[in-house]
Amino acid sequence: MKTDAIIIGGGLMGLSTALHLGLRGVKALVLEKDSPGRHASGVNAGGLRQLNRHIAEIPLTVAAAEIWKNIRNLLDSDCDVELNGQVRVAETEAQLRSLQTRVDELQALGFYHERIIDKNELYRLVPQLINGCVGALYNPADGSARPFHATTAFRRKAISLGTQIKNGVNVRGIEQIQNSWRVETNQGSFSAPYLVNCAGAWANQIAATFNEAVPLTPKAPMLMVTERLPPFLKPVVGAVGHKLSFKQTQNGTVIIGGAHLAHLDLEQQRTEIDFAELKTSAKTVTMLFPHMASVRIVRAWAGIEAFMPDNIPVISPSAKADGVFHAFGFSAHGFQLSPIVGHIMAGLILDGKTDLPIEPFDIRRFQMREEHRE
Amino acid sequence: MEHHQLAIIGGGPAGLAAAAVAANAGLECVLIDEQATPGGQIYRAVNTIPKQRATLLGPDYQCGQKLIDQFNKSGASYRPSTTIWNLNSQREIGILHNGQAALLSADRVVIATGAMERPVPFPGWTLPGVMTAGAGQILLKSAGIVPNDGVVMAGSGPLLLLLAWQYMRAGVNIQAILDMAPQNNLWRAMLHLPRALFVHHYILKGLKYQLQLRRAGIPFYKRITDLHAIGNDSLAAIEFSDSKGKQRIETSLLMCHFGVIPDSHLSRCTGCKHHWDPAQLCWRPVTDEWGNSSLDGIAIVGDGSGIGGAVAARHAGRLAGLESVHTLGRMSTNERDEEARADQRWMADDLNIRPFLEALFRPSPTLLGSPKDETLVCRCEEITAGTIRQALHAGHQDTNQIKFFTRCGMGPCQGRQCDNAVSQLVAHELGVEMGITEGYRIRPPIRPLTIEQLATLQGVDEDK
Repeated sequence: MKTDAIIIGGGLMGLSTALHLGLRGVKALVLEKDSPGRHASGVNAGGLRQLNRHIAEIPLTVAAAEIWKNIRNLLDSDCDVELNGQVRVAETEAQLRSLQTRVDELQALGFYHERIIDKNELYRLVPQLINGCVGALYNPADGSARPFHATTAFRRKAISLGTQIKNGVNVRGIEQIQNSWRVETNQGSFSAPYLVNCAGAWANQIAATFNEAVPLTPKAPMLMVTERLPPFLKPVVGAVGHKLSFKQTQNGTVIIGGAHLAHLDLEQQRTEIDFAELKTSAKTVTMLFPHMASVRIVRAWAGIEAFMPDNIPVISPSAKADGVFHAFGFSAHGFQLSPIVGHIMAGLILDGKTDLPIEPFDIRRFQMREEHRE
Repeated sequence: MEHHQLAIIGGGPAGLAAAAVAANAGLECVLIDEQATPGGQIYRAVNTIPKQRATLLGPDYQCGQKLIDQFNKSGASYRPSTTIWNLNSQREIGILHNGQAALLSADRVVIATGAMERPVPFPGWTLPGVMTAGAGQILLKSAGIVPNDGVVMAGSGPLLLLLAWQYMRAGVNIQAILDMAPQNNLWRAMLHLPRALFVHHYILKGLKYQLQLRRAGIPFYKRITDLHAIGNDSLAAIEFSDSKGKQRIETSLLMCHFGVIPDSHLSRCTGCKHHWDPAQLCWRPVTDEWGNSSLDGIAIVGDGSGIGGAVAARHAGRLAGLESVHTLGRMSTNERDEEARADQRWMADDLNIRPFLEALFRPSPTLLGSPKDETLVCRCEEITAGTIRQALHAGHQDTNQIKFFTRCGMGPCQGRQCDNAVSQLVAHELGVEMGITEGYRIRPPIRPLTIEQLATLQGVDEDK
């Protein structure tokens, strides 16, 4: 079967890339080993967060936020987006000063989306927060969406633009034949001039077929969700001094995360909750939100995600193979970036360039280190 | 973390028998049970019940006392009123007792969580006034409560008949019994009759109940379809069709029962292999003759591994007990096999009745596979069969994708009530009834745990 581009991985990045290629009239074939959004893309907390990101990601996150604001224009679905802000709580003056330093740094670079709020505004936004916090970092334009709904919307829109998606496909080998990439799978072989690696926690295995070793670590961050509660919280809450992401969804349940890790068996694609770690998460919640103590946890789970050592993704052409592109390693904060990553990838593939600064995400940053070591 | 050689989960016939065998052979063994007294559902409250009520419940119930006496004498330790909210592949057990959560571990775990009633969605099944026969029997056993006004009993399965018989003896006004088994079940069951005759006491008992109920003048309706429970705030009437056409009975209480299925949430939570049993229409763990699952050191026996009834569960429990003693080095293979022989024979004999019962009481495929669009399938999240069909047609082609998309099965019951129904609905829509390959992935805590209880969890390293 012939197609314009083959995308390995039916998560958000793969589907967004397919969609943006489709917008430009290029038909992609997405090869997904399970089902779309089965891992990190479909089961994450759905945070739309520009707040407190790595400096390198800021131009991308700001551009992505613009798309999320009117996501219906892109996806014909609102993905249950709610933009009620995100706050990062400071419990001490020292923490607040560190947040101020960050704001100053961003403003020097010309970004004004993050600002400091005092304790009055903090308690107005988060009335149930324990007394004694001093202020917070705040972005009112942040929020959240429902990740599996977003994945579905990306998938359906991509399909409407000519994308084909194959599920249950295991890639067995990749070879270059003249100017075409041929992918051998359990469901036959597929060829295209362009190949895109969006394989998430398995992306290093794909990259390895091009002799591109990347120091990717698959990990499984845990989340838990409570029973439904009457509305008490609008913004998503994080904290300087704790690993925490805390938000109430539209149906009243509270989703609690903070990148505490589950036990992971990558081979079996199986995760097991580490209750010792999750206990830490529960302690943080009882400390910051005492009214949550008697609330029942309904479910805890974990999604399998790719982490890079510098906690920023790889978004770049392959350094070793022509016509091959990578987008992976989002280190548990890729959800918000997904609409812009597809745009960048379509640009890289079709124009050989993009209008956003992606040098920090170049795959060669690891290869240079490798060669240096050698 | 508190550690045991052997942990047994569930205090019904399988768990009690396993514990007694293991403790008698010198294993250090703990039996953890949700209930306050031993006996499981089948022998619930048997050692505390007033004599008159025990007599009413019949001799099968009373024989549970002997099993409990053996357990009490064995020296196995006992943790009643303790819920289990997790078991992982490393045999770490999450327990909750008096509001205190803790993790324990064991060299070996025997899961004996028994059966639960098969939840079957039909229009109106969530109305107050509609309950299951199992719940009715719990009220009878534990508190002596029976319906004051009339009751209609509907469905198929031995328990429905047994409870009707017990109610009749207690003087309850049974307005009608609705037999919902499809017409051709009887002929299919006849194929298994010769084998079932080895244990004909079960059949005689069933016939006796039927005969006495009919002699008491209780109306029987047969081959029921289209059961509706009707009412605004609570049940006012039921409507159904039978061979004579559409029927209506005014009633404030409907007790339903569609057979029992393994309570497999805990075994599925461990990640051990399970398969869909097309005869019993349920998920059951893959186990060997000793109850060993696909995970090292975890066994599942009794009705929790596939419905076999109380007698078979007792023998299976003993076998799992022997296997535990053997694998923990206190009994040779020969000794184990020698000790096991009688139980294996009795168990095989007793199981002769199952194919007959499974065929006779098999719920209608229409009832299970194609509920009407407006029927609530997930009562926690209020998801209808129609919503599930829409999600299917939008490209979510398995039960877990449907769960993610619709929230079906994401409520406080953790999908216990809708898992089977959704599996079968999806299979029916996709035309793969016999090849159901995926149920919900079961996520801990399988019983609700509060944030505070998790924050004060005992048995984990504090400095982690």
